[in-house]
Amino acid sequence: MMLTCKETTRLVSQGLDRELAFGERVALRVHLAICIGCRRTRRQMMFLRRAMRELVEIDLKAS
Amino acid sequence: MPPATDIRAQIEALRPYLLRFASLQLRDAAAAEDAVQEALLAALAGEASFAGRANLRTWLTGILKHKIVDAIRRQAREPLLPQESEDAPDDFDALFERNGHWSERPARWGNPDGALEQAQFFRALEACLERLPARTAQAFMLREHLGLETSEICKELEITPTHCWVMLYRARMTLRDCLQQTWFGK
Repeated sequence: MMLTCKETTRLVSQGLDRELAFGERVALRVHLAICIGCRRTRRQMMFLRRAMRELVEIDLKAS
Repeated sequence: MPPATDIRAQIEALRPYLLRFASLQLRDAAAAEDAVQEALLAALAGEASFAGRANLRTWLTGILKHKIVDAIRRQAREPLLPQESEDAPDDFDALFERNGHWSERPARWGNPDGALEQAQFFRALEACLERLPARTAQAFMLREHLGLETSEICKELEITPTHCWVMLYRARMTLRDCLQQTWFGK
């Protein structure tokens, strides 16, 4: 199964919310290996998760 | 175990943090205040159950999360939030070509964790969160701020898992794009 970038970004997002099936993980890995745009999207979504964890802390320090 | 008055003072000192925690999710000062109040009452009533636990803030935050979910459940009964259509037109058509590939590839963010040291970055993030549609923001915050599992979010918001994943995907794509425009692309 060849994923498009649009499908890949959806799966990357779902991977943060549920366990992906084996076939999904393989397809994702194949696509990410060749697509820098989707690799960046993945990194940025993971960064977003880290940033959300800090959000409640940092604002108090600043104010 | 420290004397009870000591714990009361410590609990009171954590109120600003708890208020901020609740406000981020509920987006309503009065509702956040209520949730914190309920959580503190519950905590004081159950003081004994804190004995031996390592972290007071973690314990209180855990109680507060339940009160926040209760508040959301109450909100859900009053249809304040407009229902966003499940088959809303896909907002990301501009990002992708007809064949599903990037029309414009996302830019590199370099070392984004550096942004986590800057208070201003979090202002930008909050501004982006405020621009999300209400229900999308609610689902996203339940997931990434409260740390609920998708199954719990579905139950509380009375939506299907698929709808939930679509909303979380939309939130992430929109926030990614917003941060690119207001922070990383500057």
